[in-house]
Amino acid sequence: MRWGVVTFPGSNDDRDTAAALERVLRDDVIRLWHKSDDLEGVDCVVLPGGFSYGDYLRAGAIARFSPIMEAVRAHARAGGAVLGICNGFQVLCEAGLLPGALVMNRSLRFVCRDVVLRVENGSGAAVHGCRPGELLTIPIKHGEGCFVADDATVARVEEAGQVALRYVGPDGEVTEAANPNGSTNGIAGVRNAAGNVVGLMPHPEHAMDPLLGGTDGRRIFESVRLWVQGRRT
Amino acid sequence: MSDVVARVYITPKQGILDPQGKAVQQSLRTLGFDEVGDVRVGRFIVLRLAGIESTAAEARVHEMCDKLLANGLIEDYRVQVDGGDR
Repeated sequence: MRWGVVTFPGSNDDRDTAAALERVLRDDVIRLWHKSDDLEGVDCVVLPGGFSYGDYLRAGAIARFSPIMEAVRAHARAGGAVLGICNGFQVLCEAGLLPGALVMNRSLRFVCRDVVLRVENGSGAAVHGCRPGELLTIPIKHGEGCFVADDATVARVEEAGQVALRYVGPDGEVTEAANPNGSTNGIAGVRNAAGNVVGLMPHPEHAMDPLLGGTDGRRIFESVRLWVQGRRT
Repeated sequence: MSDVVARVYITPKQGILDPQGKAVQQSLRTLGFDEVGDVRVGRFIVLRLAGIESTAAEARVHEMCDKLLANGLIEDYRVQVDGGDR
């Protein structure tokens, strides 16, 4: 499996993501510069966390016009796997590759802590190997992670089963208290209609080793790998 | 042809949560400004455009808003164009 990790000016989880994939999953990782327009044959492109272009204007708004994004768009159109983490999720929404938008947390505060996520169904690349209802503990760290969309879009996304992950309490229920940012319906991750493009606010690359507090992040990357392998056969 | 100044006012769409607006509203009420109703906090962008007429400028700025300056899913915008200086 060959992963591509994009670096935009201001990305800061690109190294950690590459390290997670190389050292824990033992996969090949190609580092992709935002000015390149060539994905170098990777199976999955990861848009990492950070503050691309300083989050100026809106988070992800400027990064979406980077040369690499044309290649990402073409890769997505061809059915290739694309994973957006945190700022990467914001970029995918701004680029129109995922529905909705991510706005300032309802609390107006930057939130940095572990959250419990519930896998809604296993139909997207990033949750392909998970059981529906499975609970994952993965950290978040963001100021603008509140998922919003107009009512019609939310209804469509829910109906089509495009919600990949939701913030839940320890018992797996969606509650106000368990929602760290005010996201509509506790949405933490969504996929496109085809399931090959997935975005999530939590950081799986920071939950890869027991020494760092947990290994549930592996479930996300392993799911993508399983999905890519399934697509090949 | 002199410069054209365009002012772009971007505000969160009605129905889209605006936590900044809510916080400002509450703060103003705490300060005794009881008459304050809905508050929306947005963004104000001033653009200076060269070598273009105000009618054409307005169309161009609308294009800029649709492409980059505003996100139509969550924001509304209004463009005001002044011919000449300021």
